[in-house]
Formats: sequence, structure tokens, C-alpha cells
Amino acid sequence: MRGDASKHELVAPGRLDAVLDLLASEPGAWTPIAGGTELMVAFCAGRLDAPRLVSLTGIPDLRAIEVRPHSVVIGSAATFLDLRRHTIVGAELPLLARAASWIGSIANQSRATLGGNLVNGSPAADSSPALLAYDAEIEIISVRGRRRVPYSAFHTGYKRNVLSTDELLYAIHLPRRFERHVQYLRKVGTRRAMAIAKVALAATALAEDGVIREIRLAAASLAPFPTRLFGTEAALLGQAVTRETAQSARRALLAEVKPIDDIRSTAEYRRRVAANLLDELLLSLRREGWQR
Amino acid sequence: MRKSARVISSERWPAIRFRVNGEAAAVRVPPMKRLLDVLREDLNLKGTKEGCGEGECGSCSVRMNGELVNSCLVPVLQSEGADIQTVEGLARKGELHPLQKAFLEHGGAQCGICTPGMLMAATQLLAQDSHPGISQIREALAGNLCRCTGFMRIFDAVAATAALEAKPGTGSAVEQASHAR
Repeated sequence: MRGDASKHELVAPGRLDAVLDLLASEPGAWTPIAGGTELMVAFCAGRLDAPRLVSLTGIPDLRAIEVRPHSVVIGSAATFLDLRRHTIVGAELPLLARAASWIGSIANQSRATLGGNLVNGSPAADSSPALLAYDAEIEIISVRGRRRVPYSAFHTGYKRNVLSTDELLYAIHLPRRFERHVQYLRKVGTRRAMAIAKVALAATALAEDGVIREIRLAAASLAPFPTRLFGTEAALLGQAVTRETAQSARRALLAEVKPIDDIRSTAEYRRRVAANLLDELLLSLRREGWQR
Repeated sequence: MRKSARVISSERWPAIRFRVNGEAAAVRVPPMKRLLDVLREDLNLKGTKEGCGEGECGSCSVRMNGELVNSCLVPVLQSEGADIQTVEGLARKGELHPLQKAFLEHGGAQCGICTPGMLMAATQLLAQDSHPGISQIREALAGNLCRCTGFMRIFDAVAATAALEAKPGTGSAVEQASHAR
């Protein structure tokens, strides 16, 4: 089946306040569309359930990447190519730059936006593990004002999030304090390009005298939405990186992940690979943690 | 080459204006109509092909404001005011673009469905990196699927074009062709 363009309304006010007014005036009636790499796929297939769409293109502050003294603030409509080309993102948030390079092809990265990736809420979203590892905060805007939530609390279920119908994801705030951290990100897919993650694991961690003093561990494709692995973190925090620690962390990981069988992989494969990625992370932490 | 702005009329829809291969175009179509369909149906530019219709295969790749996009995923309203380059914009005055010549010489085109998208993705690469290595070429074309050539001949064609550009005297040919429009 094919989508029928004449059955969908699409407007492009080109101003943020006009978009927010529209979202507030008829709650739930309008669907924001940015790069279209998700919604247009649904449209092409004739399964886009969005009779009225409002384009977020042409609104400069939504696409800005602002470097502040203690944070990098990424406008929700910044594209993945914008992220890959940004010097500070590349230098200080390399996991995010790397995740951006894994998203589809160049033609997808030129259009797909960071905010779109998060609002779409795929359990396999490439940018999510990196953002969770960097302790990102989400800034939300509406005619009622602005609010912030930790990204780890943004997703509330499969393709569900905390946004109300009148709200728009405005920006993603990332602290600039990971220079000394061990940073880890690995995605396992069917091929290097264009693949959707079977499993992905990301972490930022600090070790002192061989003991893990700080760790954030996050995964994609291991739960109904991208998640921090708080249980596994607890098994690692304050511990020396030993074989025993690795084993207890592995048990904690396997206890808290909820992978499924689907077209891309099996739950069993995902569990085994996730545990192996954790081992790989701990090996690099052990190597680097002892040098610091 | 078209000489004047084309206007496709339908009173029902407001005009959406942009430039295609350097020339003004205006269409009156539903704003959600895919740029791919506008190019093919309303502007009769049938070089751009539809493969998967879901942004996976790259057959419909065109350049929009200097970036590569899958035209099947662009609602035409988002092209308002944009500069669009399609495969029809590569050749100049009947002279094939160096990339097109290289695809012919190296056997980089067989059935031809992927070729316009491959050419646009390669044009995008060379516009940003005039001396790409094989890994840059592979990455730039990773979103373009070919089921005939096995890709190696396409990579050869792009590498040969880049090498041609690197030679003094012939150097600016690709840059001119990809930027001038």
C-alpha cells in the first residue's frame, strides 16, 4: 500500500512559537516532523497515522549546537551530520559522534535529527546509549514554559515517553566533564553500515587505584526502550576490576536485561553478546584504570 | 535543458518553489508529496529512480542544499527554497560529467537503476573530499545498493575520478561540475 499525500496536511511555520501554538491549540492533532527518516518511511508504506503534520525545518535555534562552559546543548533538530562535523562534540563527546556515524547512510544522517531519534524511541536507537552514558538531560518546551528531565527518565515504555501532546523536545544537554573517563561504545549489527543494532552497549567510567569510582552503563536493544543498566552499575561501583567483579556484574546484567526474539536476532544471542561486551568494557577499564 | 520556470497548476495547493539543477521550479501539489514523485511526475526528471521507498537503497539520492538526501523521504514542502541537484544536472552541454565517464569506462553501471543515486552520492563525496581513500568511498556509498556490479567497479570509477582530479591541469573539472550548479 502507498501513502496518499493529499490525505495529509503539512505546514511549515518556520518559527518555534508558531509550532508551539499549533501544538497547544489542538492537543494531539499535530505531529511534528523533522528529517522525516521515520515518519516518511511510514508514509511511503501507507501506515502513517498522522493526518496533520507540522514541519520543524527552518527554525535555526532548534538546530543549533551551543557550547557553554560546562555543557554542550544540542538543538533537537540538529542532524547527525551536524554532530559528526562539530569539533567539540568530536573531541569531548566522541561516543555521540561515533553513534552519529552509525546511523543509516550519509543521506539519512543529513536529514535525521537527534531529537527525532529520541522521540521515535526505538529500543535500538543508535544515539541513546551514548546519551545515557553521558548523563544527558532533555529540555522540553511548550507554550506553558520549559522543563528538564534526565534522559534516563525520558522513555517510559515501548515507543512511549514523558512528552505531553503540547510539548516539543527542545534540546539535549550534555555535561562537559568526561575528559578523564574511560568511554566505551560498541554496536553489534549485521553489517558496518545501515544496520540496526542487535545489541549496543555504552559506558563512561572513572577508576582510581584500580577501583571503579563512577560508572554509567547503558544499552540498546536489550529492553523495550534504551535503558541505563543501574543494577549492573551497582555491581561495579566501588569494586576493583577483578574476575569476581566481572562475574557478579555479568550476573547482574543478565538479571536486568529483557531482550526479545525478533527479526534481527534472538534473546539468547543478545544476552550472550551483551555479557561479552560488558567483559570487553571491563578489560579496557582494567587496562586504563590502572594507568590513572 | 529547460529555459523557464515550470509551474504545475492545481488551484487546490499553494505553490512550492525551489531550484532544480540551477533553474527555478514551482509546483502546486500536496505538501506531503515526496520530492522523488515531484521530480519524476511533475518536473518529468525521470533520472532519479525509486528503489525501496524507505530510505534504505539510495536509488532516489539527490543533493539538496549541498547535502545528499533520499528524495523518497523528503516531503516536497521541506524543499521550499532549496537548491536541488539531480543526475540530470551532472552533464553539461551534452558533455558527460567525469564521474559518468568513469562509470562507463570502469563498468560501474550495468542495469542502471542504482546509477543515478550512486552518481549523486559520489558527487557529494567529491564535493566534500576531493582526495577520498577507499574507506571514505565505501562509507560515502554505503547507503546505495547495487545488485549488478558487486560494487568494486563503482568504487574504481569513483577512485579514478578522484585521481583524475588530483592531476594538475585536469584538477578542477569535478569540483566545477559539482559546485557550479
